[in-house]
Amino acid sequence: MNNRILMLCGVLLVTACGGNQKGTETAAPAVEESAPLVVYSSRAEQLIAPIFAAFTEDTGIEVQYVTDDPQPLIERLKAEGENTPASVLLTVDAGNLWFAADQGVLAGLDSQTLKAVVPSFLRDSQDRWFGLSLRARTIVYDTRVVNPSQLSDYASLADEQWQGKLCLRTSKKVYNQSLVAMLIETLGAAPTETIVEGWINNLATDVFPNDTKLIEAVADGRCAVGIVNTYYLGRLQKQGELPVGLYFPTEADGGVHVNVSGAGVVKNAANPEAAQLLLEWLVGDRGQALFANENLEFPVRSDVTPHPIVDAWGPYSASTVPLENAGIRQAEAVKLMDRAGYR
Amino acid sequence: MQARLWQLMVVAIALVMALPMIVAVAALGADSAGVWSHIVEYVLPRVTVNTLLLVVGVAVLSLLLGTIAAWLTSVFDFPGQRWFAWCLMLPLALPGYVTAFALSGVFEYSSPLAGALRFWGISLPGVSAGLASTLCLTLTLYPYVFLLARQAFLSQGRRSLEVAQSLGMRQARGMWRVALPFARPWLVAGVSLVIMETLADFGTVKVFNFDTFTTAIYSAWFGLFSLTAALQMSLCLLVLVVAALWLERRARRLRRYTGVGQKDPQHRLPLTGGRRWLATCFCGGLFVIAFLVPVGQLVVWAIDYVQLEWSARYWSYLRASVSLATFAAVFVALLSVLLGFGRRRAPGRTTDSAVQVSTLGYALPGTVLAVGFFVALSGVQDGLTAIGRALGAGDAFVVTLTGTLWVMLLAYAARFLAVGFSPVGSGFERISPRIDDTAEILGLRGVKRLRQVYLPLLTPGIATALLLVFVDVMKELPITLITRPFGWDTLSVRIFQMTTEGEWQRASIPALTIVLCGLIPVMILQRQKSNSRGATN
Repeated sequence: MNNRILMLCGVLLVTACGGNQKGTETAAPAVEESAPLVVYSSRAEQLIAPIFAAFTEDTGIEVQYVTDDPQPLIERLKAEGENTPASVLLTVDAGNLWFAADQGVLAGLDSQTLKAVVPSFLRDSQDRWFGLSLRARTIVYDTRVVNPSQLSDYASLADEQWQGKLCLRTSKKVYNQSLVAMLIETLGAAPTETIVEGWINNLATDVFPNDTKLIEAVADGRCAVGIVNTYYLGRLQKQGELPVGLYFPTEADGGVHVNVSGAGVVKNAANPEAAQLLLEWLVGDRGQALFANENLEFPVRSDVTPHPIVDAWGPYSASTVPLENAGIRQAEAVKLMDRAGYR
Repeated sequence: MQARLWQLMVVAIALVMALPMIVAVAALGADSAGVWSHIVEYVLPRVTVNTLLLVVGVAVLSLLLGTIAAWLTSVFDFPGQRWFAWCLMLPLALPGYVTAFALSGVFEYSSPLAGALRFWGISLPGVSAGLASTLCLTLTLYPYVFLLARQAFLSQGRRSLEVAQSLGMRQARGMWRVALPFARPWLVAGVSLVIMETLADFGTVKVFNFDTFTTAIYSAWFGLFSLTAALQMSLCLLVLVVAALWLERRARRLRRYTGVGQKDPQHRLPLTGGRRWLATCFCGGLFVIAFLVPVGQLVVWAIDYVQLEWSARYWSYLRASVSLATFAAVFVALLSVLLGFGRRRAPGRTTDSAVQVSTLGYALPGTVLAVGFFVALSGVQDGLTAIGRALGAGDAFVVTLTGTLWVMLLAYAARFLAVGFSPVGSGFERISPRIDDTAEILGLRGVKRLRQVYLPLLTPGIATALLLVFVDVMKELPITLITRPFGWDTLSVRIFQMTTEGEWQRASIPALTIVLCGLIPVMILQRQKSNSRGATN
């Protein structure tokens, strides 16, 4: 009995070591021979794999990627320093992109293509990152009880008429942190704090862990209004009709808060030319169509047609305040929400 | 002299395992730019209360459920007893956050069940985030107590119980006065694992949006961009854990637990009448809610998504998961035996503290531990390379640590050594000093004694360690994410890809695959137990 267990341990150890050697042996030469472009991505695999496949098809450059949350990836880039295998950091939310640039892991990129296509408010002021697709965070409402004429901007959701009717996602999600950061940038800290306190007063129920649950609650009639990223509604609309409407704040009201998913070239990139090529390809026709439509987001290029579901929502005007403020003011926004009791 | 060497080895293991904590201590001096004072004023009061409630709730409930279930299945005979003895361990194969999202899929307001009940005029009671987190964590963590308590009851409780009964003590009293006190090292080991896992949990509380110390650590890092403050808070958490462990050890310092030798032949006490069915209902109910319901929900989702999600790539996820879990389990079991043996050969304060330190990683939130490890090893790697250059080896001597499987194994060990060491360490505690004396007389020393005397006695403990670590690594996420080399995507990484985009239903496919893989080691363990019982018969 015991001998059997010992033997089993022995066999496992031998296979373990064998496996390791094999792993490193095959990994090392592969990196040197064909030198694939390495991307660190916080965008999930199923959203990037088809895009990289298309890029490889067009350019012949192979792409390897590691997925993780943005902050661990940034710490990893910092720790790896000059030895990093990565050339591109791809992530969502301007706050994360700003932080990566602030921590010095991204290099400035002088690309006429990118500058021509990506509006300046959707990229870093020193061109260290570029927005590639837009994610509008806007107002959803229950079409059975709310008339769109009752709605205007984010601040108005703090009005008394929404007492016990507003639903929000947790403040721990970076999308809400960016939204509040941008409110601070446009309206100032004190008025924003009053608005957030008003939102909390108006809550219909405890904050939701994600946008999907929030939209389901609107469809169930538990909330009249809420704030979500549009693509979550798009995903649910793919499965069937919902009594949920989208409202875009107008230009006069400050426009829609947009965020980006974007990318930058890593400072010590092993392969900076291929990295730049990938970013430029992503704002090209094929890249844009794939990158935005895979996740029902808005393409950063206005001349590319979005997915039919997205197209059906109609046009909107985005707030044009530079997005890097979402990062600069993020910590301030988190503290403000903590003070206002927004969990 | 030899004792000195063993001590050195234990200290060396502790140093490597403590690397992330060293990074955290180094962060103490750093300034966290006002973040800390903000946290103390607005965040800490609430999360401290929440965390305490959660930990106490989960610990007490797990202790109750685990001990009662273990007691019933090891001492009594009732319908389904043999079956429950192993299937009550199955919830261990479910990651906490998977149980959480599956159960909330069943019971939440917008679920089909709740909708149907509302149609009939019944509304499900609203459950607070705290209660929901407590229940879900209990349902996934009680198996630690169950497993270790059963080991205790099977190996010792029954014989002592027979003595107690022959002296006229009633069954229930026998449990309180004899079996439970004897089982204390196991129960404590089980509950310690539950507590540490609860303190480190992020996935489950995130599903319910319940604010705890861990969520505060993450929001300091992800929201306030201060890894420094996050590390500082993690260190506070560790101080709490160390204090709790120290108190417990002080409380049982003067006690000794030694085994009575051979295993008992098997005869369980029959239960009579209504009690039989009460026992069946208790075990059955626990199994249904902790395993069947969440897995059932996963299966329902999986049917909808299998076409979209299943692909040949699952074989590579599966291979990565199983190989990593196997390597890590063997590595951790090996380290546990070395630590346990070292502690026995070189007893004393230094060895004791070193052993304690090496098992602390379990209470650190996974991502913090993972990043701490990554930062520390990158430092070691740069340092070694620089030394190589300074010595004139130039670029020929470039140490590559990060991005290899070795780093993954070390980080897994730092996280799960507590899990592996619990059963092995309790096993060592139960080996009588008289056995050492006998071995000494027979001239068995060092590795020889380890192999010929200890290992046979430790087999059940080692098997438990292998099983627990295997299942834990299958479920592990943050360390796998940050340290995996290219092409080593596991099943849990696949779950991450889905849940990070809110596609919980689609994540049911990798989740179910993890559960199925987790069943295999549980069954092996069960078979091995019944075989060894057969042998003594």
